[in-house]
Amino acid sequence: MTLSGDQAQRYSRHILIDDIGVKGQQRIAEAKILVIGAGGLGSAVLFYLAAAGVGTIGIADSDVVDLTNLQRQIIHFTDDLNKPKIQSAREKIGRINPDVQVNTHQEFVNSKNILELIRDYDFIVDGTDNFSSKFLINDACVISEKPFSHAGVLVFDGQMMTVVPKVSACLRCIFPKPPLPSAEQGSNQVGVLGSLAGAFGTLQATEALKYIIQKGELLTNRLLIYNALELTFREVTLKKKTACPACGENPKISTLTDYEKAIGSL
Amino acid sequence: MDIIVNGKNEEIVSQTSLLDFLTSKKIHPDRVVVELNTTIIEKHILTDTIIHENDRIEILRFVGGG
Ligand SMILES: [Zn+2]
Repeated sequence: MTLSGDQAQRYSRHILIDDIGVKGQQRIAEAKILVIGAGGLGSAVLFYLAAAGVGTIGIADSDVVDLTNLQRQIIHFTDDLNKPKIQSAREKIGRINPDVQVNTHQEFVNSKNILELIRDYDFIVDGTDNFSSKFLINDACVISEKPFSHAGVLVFDGQMMTVVPKVSACLRCIFPKPPLPSAEQGSNQVGVLGSLAGAFGTLQATEALKYIIQKGELLTNRLLIYNALELTFREVTLKKKTACPACGENPKISTLTDYEKAIGSL
Repeated sequence: MDIIVNGKNEEIVSQTSLLDFLTSKKIHPDRVVVELNTTIIEKHILTDTIIHENDRIEILRFVGGG
């Protein structure tokens, strides 16, 4: 596709970058990215993907906007209380950038709907808030060979990694199975610094865009660990595991399962 | 002897196993993944894996929030 005069102006600060240019911006305009969860992580992801001119953005979320969300889920405003998050997010995206085609999916991802949901997208962003969804997204993306960005944030801590199935380590190469539900703590129990979600959502959007323009080094085979209190970033080197239950040579996970239902919702 | 744990220097006595080390920190092995010099150590060999001088240990926890 070609960029209109207005678009060339709108995206001029991207186009000026050698590694993006007109060609990169066209790739972004042709890209289809799915954001699962329009919460703390998803808010920042959606804002930056929309402003960047991603051609098609999918949003999957089953929730409505709650008062406790507003401290960090910055795509939702006070006026949006009780509105479905997908609708609230869609309205903001339309105002940031009317070029973006928004597909909304008002559903909680589960083993029955996820493969269909991710099928038409080039890159998936995990912005969910619970163990079971994160493992489900990993398994579905490995089965479908869809690249995705994983991130998790809680209290003052965040971590993330990018997975390119068959090429790089997946979540289960490191964490073979979800922690026990009893070990799961949600932000509704222990809290989360609002800006932490924004920091990681911004990094997830960056990974999605890098994948689309095919430049730089993705955060693959590396787990990025951030502590906001100390303001330290650390990287842990990871390897793809041949015995991985999801992406290994003899994967045990060839069909999807729903793990214990989320407790950490919102 | 000196080791590096989650990026920070620590001192431990020699002949400490990874399981002993976790226990000394009151960390339940089922709740974490332990990486020793960039290799993930399976839970059943934590007790037989002895830490050496200058080893780099990462104690990883899954972060599930969003
Ligand atoms: Zn794997």
